[in-house]
Amino acid sequence: MNGSTSRRAAFTVPSFFGLVPFAAYILLFLGLPTAIALFTGFLDGTGSFSLTNIEALADPVILSTFGNSIGLSALTAVIGSVVGAACCYALIGTNPTGLLRSVVDSASGVLAQFGGVMLAFAFVATIGIQGMVTVYLRDSLGINIFANGVWLYELPGLVLPYIYFQVPLMIITFLPALEGLKPQWAEANASLGGSRATYWWRIGIPVLTPSFLGCLLLLFANAFSSFATAAALTSQGSQIVPLQIRSALTSETVLGRENLAGALALGMIVVMVVVMTLYSLLMKRSAKWQR
Amino acid sequence: MIEPRPLTRWLILGTVGLVFLVPIVAMGEFTLRRGLEGGYDFSRWIAVFSGGLTGEYKGVLTALGNSVVLATVTVAVMLVILVPTMILVQLRFPYLRRAMEFLCLLPITIPAIVLVVGLAPVYSVVAKMFGSGVWTLSFAYGVIVLPYAYRAIQANLAAIDVITLSEAARSLGAGWLTVLVRVLLPNLRHGILSASFISVAVVLGEYTIAALLNRVNLQTALVIVSKSDPFVAVIFALLALIFAFLLLLAIGRIGAPRIKRSLTGASS
Repeated sequence: MNGSTSRRAAFTVPSFFGLVPFAAYILLFLGLPTAIALFTGFLDGTGSFSLTNIEALADPVILSTFGNSIGLSALTAVIGSVVGAACCYALIGTNPTGLLRSVVDSASGVLAQFGGVMLAFAFVATIGIQGMVTVYLRDSLGINIFANGVWLYELPGLVLPYIYFQVPLMIITFLPALEGLKPQWAEANASLGGSRATYWWRIGIPVLTPSFLGCLLLLFANAFSSFATAAALTSQGSQIVPLQIRSALTSETVLGRENLAGALALGMIVVMVVVMTLYSLLMKRSAKWQR
Repeated sequence: MIEPRPLTRWLILGTVGLVFLVPIVAMGEFTLRRGLEGGYDFSRWIAVFSGGLTGEYKGVLTALGNSVVLATVTVAVMLVILVPTMILVQLRFPYLRRAMEFLCLLPITIPAIVLVVGLAPVYSVVAKMFGSGVWTLSFAYGVIVLPYAYRAIQANLAAIDVITLSEAARSLGAGWLTVLVRVLLPNLRHGILSASFISVAVVLGEYTIAALLNRVNLQTALVIVSKSDPFVAVIFALLALIFAFLLLLAIGRIGAPRIKRSLTGASS
């Protein structure tokens, strides 16, 4: 055995231990909480195994909450992805390091990822009872947007704030796919006599469809798991699943069950895993064109 | 050929841009209103910044202090735990890269509201070990910033040849600590800086975990203040949004890898 191999062997043992802090950290603060969240749904109030909480997921109240969550997420994901994709299209050909793109990137990042509670405030200031737009429409155009009651603090009120963070997320996630469109394809199209329309119908849209659907799913997942905006906006009731989890955590009387939060968390995870698995399949498919 | 016509481009960007500006402008307009008599002035802004430190807004400022502490500790946790591990995996355990990526992106799939269900029991143990100081929340925040931080650092790691750099340093007689501190970290400064900035932005905007574990941070304080004095809540929210915007703008300007777009763009 020469010097270098023995040194290498001596280097390998401690380097393995170098992975321990990260592994322990992930286990304690990601693995363990997730496991607890998933398994408490299977325990009753005394800590023994039971399926009653899981059965509660079939309760009409819970089912309609999941329905609300899925409907809200689907609606805002579709609107967000279409509007966001249009913005991405409009950004094709702009200088990636230019001022316009920097501002769009940063603003999108803020609104998509860090807004939360603050977006709720923004919409209270915009279309709240004394909001800027509400007051303008009422005083100048005589339109009362709350003629049929104040909807901002209920389920319909979440649609606009959610779109407000979905469109920027679409811009952030879909733009790289558009940048993956190779100029050679456009040249090939042109040299074969294709027009702009031919390019988009025969090349652009088919190539981009998997990415677009993937981003649509990601937007769905994003809205589905979002809590802060809804929590800050809705004062009463638990119209969507994350709010239902909050009331299950802070009081123990939701449908008269304990550990319901665990069952709800399990339900959310199931939806998220399905959506994210489809997402990664679509992303694999779209990666085919991005080499 | 594939570029939109200028008119189309500016029509789309202009319309969406204007619509998206409305809520931000509305926040500004809201904070400038002058009570019942109507009209606008800066009295609310002046009130916050003159008597702020001792006055009735002390709660929000304490909470802001908490958030700053949380952001600092979270960045420290990330630097101490994530960065060395990523370098180690890159150098010694290339076959673990996929697993590492999977773990680091996992928090995207697990909503914070789900995580918090399991974090509650974990934190009752944490509180016994480290006390119930607000900084302990940084352990949970380290997890939620993981996908962002990972993408930022990985983009930088992929762009430099870590193996050649470290072997060159070691063949010149450097120990592993020297390799890490004097060779690799300087080469990774863009990625680390981006990861830190984006972590700060995430932590300053975090509400879910703090609210449900009954800790006070900027966002939970804003929600409480908004019930009694919505104007002050909107002032602070506007400032926080602008601050986060400037942080992200700075990331783009320091020429770092374009982390925000690669976060979810190319996960395959």
